[in-house]
Amino acid sequence: MSAKLSRRSFLGWSALALSPAAAFAQGGPPSEGFAGLGASARGFAEVKRGVVLRFPEDHGAHPDFRIEWWYVTANLKGEDGAEYGAQWTLFRQAAMPGPQGEGWANQQVWMGHAAVTSATEHFFAERFARGGVGQAGVELSPFRAFIDNWSLQGSVATAPLTLSPLEVTAAGPNFAYTLRLTATRDLVLQGDHGFSQKSDRGQASYYYSQPNFHAQGVLTFGDRMIPVAGRAWMDREWSSQPLAADQSGWDWFSLQFDDGDKLMLFRLRHTDGTSYRAGTWIGRDGSAEVLPSDGIELSPVAWSKVGAKSIPTKWRLAIPARGVSIETEAINPQSWMALSFPYWEGPVRCRGTHAGIGYLEMTGY
Amino acid sequence: MLNVVNLTKSYRTPQGPLAVLRGVDLSVAAGESVALTGESGSGKSTLLHLCAGLDQADSGEIRLGDDVITGLPDAARAALRRDRLGLVFQQFNLIPSLSVADNLAFQARIAGRMDRPWLEELIVRLGLKALLDRYPEQLSGGQQQRVAIGRALAVKPLFVLADEPTGNLDEATADEVVELARDLIRRTGCGFLMVTHSLRLAEKLDRRVHLHSGRIV
Amino acid sequence: MKRLCWVLAVLLSHWRRHPMQLATLVVGLIAATALWSGVQAINAQARQSYDRAAAAFGGGNTAMLVASDGGMFSQDLFAALRRAGWPVSPVLEGRIVVNNVNLRLIGIEPITLPREAGPGPRFGSGDLAAFLLPPGRTLVSAATLRELNLAENATPSIGEIGALPPLKVVNDLVDNLAVVDIGAAQRLLQRQGQLSRLLVGPDSGLRAPLAEIAGRQLNFVAAGSESDLDRLTQSFHTNLTAFGLLSFVVGLFIVHSAIGLAFEQRLPTMRTLRACGISAAGLTAALLVELVSLALIAGFIGCAGGYLIAALLLPDVAVSLRGLYGAQVPGQLTLEPIWWLASIGMSVFGALAAAGYSLAKVSRLPLLATAHPYAWRAVQQRWLTWQGVVAVFILLSSLVILRFGDGLITGFALLATIMIGAALGLPIILGTWLSFAERLARSATAKWFWADSRQQLSGLSLALMALLLALAVNIGVGTMVRSFNQTFAGWLDQRLGAEIYFNATSDAQAAKMLEGLRGNPDVLAILPTPRADAQIGGWPVEVLGFSDHPTYRDSWPLLEARPHVWAHIASGKAALVSEQLARRLSLSPGAELRVSTPQGELRLTVGGIYPDYGNAKGQIGLANDVLFAHWPQTPHVRYGLRVKKGAVPALVAQLRRETGLPPNRLIDQGALKAESLQIFNKTFAVTASLNAFTLGVAGIALLTSLLTLGNSRLPQLAPLWAIGLPRRSLAVLELVKTMALALFTSLIAVPLGLVVAWCLLAVVNVKAFGWRLPFHVFPDQIVRLIVVAMIAALLAALLPIIKLARQRPADLMRVFSNER
Repeated sequence: MSAKLSRRSFLGWSALALSPAAAFAQGGPPSEGFAGLGASARGFAEVKRGVVLRFPEDHGAHPDFRIEWWYVTANLKGEDGAEYGAQWTLFRQAAMPGPQGEGWANQQVWMGHAAVTSATEHFFAERFARGGVGQAGVELSPFRAFIDNWSLQGSVATAPLTLSPLEVTAAGPNFAYTLRLTATRDLVLQGDHGFSQKSDRGQASYYYSQPNFHAQGVLTFGDRMIPVAGRAWMDREWSSQPLAADQSGWDWFSLQFDDGDKLMLFRLRHTDGTSYRAGTWIGRDGSAEVLPSDGIELSPVAWSKVGAKSIPTKWRLAIPARGVSIETEAINPQSWMALSFPYWEGPVRCRGTHAGIGYLEMTGY
Repeated sequence: MLNVVNLTKSYRTPQGPLAVLRGVDLSVAAGESVALTGESGSGKSTLLHLCAGLDQADSGEIRLGDDVITGLPDAARAALRRDRLGLVFQQFNLIPSLSVADNLAFQARIAGRMDRPWLEELIVRLGLKALLDRYPEQLSGGQQQRVAIGRALAVKPLFVLADEPTGNLDEATADEVVELARDLIRRTGCGFLMVTHSLRLAEKLDRRVHLHSGRIV
Repeated sequence: MKRLCWVLAVLLSHWRRHPMQLATLVVGLIAATALWSGVQAINAQARQSYDRAAAAFGGGNTAMLVASDGGMFSQDLFAALRRAGWPVSPVLEGRIVVNNVNLRLIGIEPITLPREAGPGPRFGSGDLAAFLLPPGRTLVSAATLRELNLAENATPSIGEIGALPPLKVVNDLVDNLAVVDIGAAQRLLQRQGQLSRLLVGPDSGLRAPLAEIAGRQLNFVAAGSESDLDRLTQSFHTNLTAFGLLSFVVGLFIVHSAIGLAFEQRLPTMRTLRACGISAAGLTAALLVELVSLALIAGFIGCAGGYLIAALLLPDVAVSLRGLYGAQVPGQLTLEPIWWLASIGMSVFGALAAAGYSLAKVSRLPLLATAHPYAWRAVQQRWLTWQGVVAVFILLSSLVILRFGDGLITGFALLATIMIGAALGLPIILGTWLSFAERLARSATAKWFWADSRQQLSGLSLALMALLLALAVNIGVGTMVRSFNQTFAGWLDQRLGAEIYFNATSDAQAAKMLEGLRGNPDVLAILPTPRADAQIGGWPVEVLGFSDHPTYRDSWPLLEARPHVWAHIASGKAALVSEQLARRLSLSPGAELRVSTPQGELRLTVGGIYPDYGNAKGQIGLANDVLFAHWPQTPHVRYGLRVKKGAVPALVAQLRRETGLPPNRLIDQGALKAESLQIFNKTFAVTASLNAFTLGVAGIALLTSLLTLGNSRLPQLAPLWAIGLPRRSLAVLELVKTMALALFTSLIAVPLGLVVAWCLLAVVNVKAFGWRLPFHVFPDQIVRLIVVAMIAALLAALLPIIKLARQRPADLMRVFSNER
């Protein structure tokens, strides 16, 4: 199972924006937001084990489910070898269950996040939209997820099982980027054929990834245009009640090792101080294996001052069963997404038994 | 105590500079009372004002105890007047909005040298006990001048300077006031310089110096 | 510190002995602060209201895209622009009638709404979900809810269309505005898929050129573009501020004379203090502490007074602004802490300014008093000469402003220079007059009288200047208001030609009414009075429809017209243009007029220009046929009825019974005239109140100056008494002298006031409102004001003179025994 952690910020946003409970409005601890979610899942479609995901249909929106996202992160290098990161996310939330309303009466609310990161700079932006009027949405033929002028767009050549090729583009007040994403391997179904359980209490989501993208394009920082190339990872997930009530934040990693293996792992921090760990090992052949919770070691080793906050930007990860013992380090420790619902997200590199690159997302700090 | 050496002072007038003091030398010892006499315009008030630091001399030196008054800035001269000097004027110069009691205590208060028993003694000896709640305008000239003397002495000054203190008083009152002042000043042991045009009053003091055309003669 | 306290105690003891002086000083400061801060409070409140009104989802604060033709446009443009990177948010605006209350309905989209655009529900407010999800919400101000006579959560229905979402009160909304979700607005206004405008949020990165997305359908309106409302209300507030400043200055005159007097009287005390060993710096510090403390106390009381004045005047101001410009200002006062601080600061600043001269004098106070009365006089003379030079210079600059200036601020600058110049020149004019009178005088007493008046002039000149300004402003504003009133009443008579006007709720209702009216023998004519909205030169313009009927031909007021104008209008070739529009577009009869209409551009000739007082919008009038042809959507609901005299009340009652039309839709012309005049009178109620306040303060200034002089008069009067003038005669002479000075000042105030009135009517009004008013002089008003001024002067002079008449001979005698 996986939890793309900015999901938390999205859900936080959902609760803040749309829950009638005033308590959430005061920016209370995240767990309250999740409690709100648990309570209002009724009326939405349920996530069930054994449902077969179908493509390209499941690339599109699932409006009967409460939340959903299209999530791309890219680790990139400039021609001079400098490291960069790019993020593109589209969230969807249904404000209420039931038949889809027409026009302005449509109950879907969309949110976009985009960012570019270098060792010294980090630019980001957000967009909001209502469904039903053509400002944001997801179309299938050809594939196109968009909000305003940000898009993740395929073409007639886009294959359903690789979701390749795609073009992802976004722009903010002082940045822009366009990347072309291509992959030759098929996407990977997470968990049990795409059924990803989230807790012992039944929360789950549908979840698949395309971790095999090659990315090429141009990043714009201010007025500098930088040609880049690298690797990208896309996550797709939708659910109606994916989270436990007592989770205070996440630390989430997607790592691509130089030898071709990939690792996704995270811990859910609980309000009582304990945490729940989970991960998936994706072999260079594309095979995915769920890692047992007690087989993952994960601890912060160094903290950075980000504004008034202290954020762990250096971590030690170990999976003894696979002989993995590495340290990850943020390429830019100041990758703070100071948006309506803030969190930390940025590219990392890792050293140790396995070298590579990846993305780290941390919420609830 | 008070030493004046070669003091000169002139005023600008439309008709050119007018030399009022042309090299005055004067010395008053502690406990000594001196009358300064002279005709109108002889410069006796000017000399007194210079000694009080109310005005600045052109040249020469005035020394009070160890302090050289001449050349001090305004604030220092003000402090000197406040702490070391008692001044008595012809116009009495009481503060009209303060009662007699407050007028008496005023200088001692701003000097931070309030001595209650001494003030009480002064009030008794100046005969002001029954007048304490009155205001200056409700007093006769002699009474007002007694209040002014009380104010000057309340601070236990090193030196008392009086400028025609009896100018507005009738003869009998004038005698009474001067004698009272002389006796009190003698008691405190401070020096006393009084400007007067009255030889009769001048004789009541220890010594008399006469100023003529800007010089002591 | 302790020493400072003792010095302060001595200084303050003066006030205990002279409470009247203290009262004068404090009253002056309070009056100055109260009037100034009161006016500031009114201005602040009104501005805040405009900001809110302007921020009501499309005003000065936010950049906008609007349709080039001034109408609605398709919602598809919204999505297309968003997808091209434009951070736009849709708004639909229209009007609805709920419970007989006409409301502005605005539909917004809170998720994309720019933060500065208006008080929409925010993320994190918890209200967002309630606003967005069924049944939604209708946001209104508390006052609107009261006017609707409904409770929160009520869902009033509007006709057959449906019900409003549940009502909910929010604080920051202007009155008569209902805010709903864009979807609800489209349903309620029956404008599915249509928008009125797009608000443009802050820069969000790359965006495609507007024309690429929307062709020429939309125009970009930059944020901060000055709207007509801004421009118009600005003039009103400049006006009020000028009044406030004038009152403040007059108040400071009082403070100045009170401080000057206290300074003079405490001079011996201060000398004694210096002699007893207080340094000049120490004394100045003590005086400053005393002054600032008094100013703080007075400032605080003044603030409270200002608050009261503002609370008292605000309802009138609200009516004024609504009447003049249609600007919405709630009649309730809410003030920021900064206002209190600023007001108290103003009091301190004013006190320091008024005391500046005295304080400077103290810091250089010679220890030894040397009386130099003649030197002082020479200084005064030099000062007067300089004042005269400055006055002439300022008056000359007013001529320059008049010749070359343009714009509203120029109008006020002109007023300011004329008034300041005249005020500064006053002592010189009075002095000249007095010395002339002195030369003419024969008897010794008369000679002394005039010479003494001249000597007193310098002490009284500040108060007389205050009187001059207050009177001139009163005459000027009074003349303007009366001129306006006279013109307006005559214009109403001409303009409202029909006896009854009605505005039916639907075409069907109107048709049914007309059916009944056609058979009614009391009804002499039925005149359709359709109205439409258009844009000419980017300015919103009302379009009136005229019937070809004597009602218009005979009585419609015209300022300028071509021959046979009504025939040209009837033929559809010409239109009448309101004065405001004509001025704005520099149109004169014969000019070509291009109007964009739903049916394309309409070209007409300007047939004539008519006055349209009190309308912030431009207006044109053309033949009914032309109007209906070019604005086919115009409902056939507005009519005027010519009715036999005497039959009006019965017919109005009958129509009301039959149709249930509320009074604002079924109007008896007589009642409308009365109502219009009432609105008009209220419009200038604030001005009248401020006038009264200013005159009152000028009276206080005169009183305090005279009281101040009264004390120093003793030495001057005592010799006269000694040589045989009885006290009573002295008192009468004093009174006559004061009255003569006041009268002469009043006489100078008359031409000055008329110049002020002319500036207001011919310069300021034209800039502010777009119309020029005929200038009338009202002698009765001027005489009344002079009488009031003389009474004020008499009252002010009486107290010190009674004091003089009752002066004990002993006091007079003491002058001789006691004078330095």
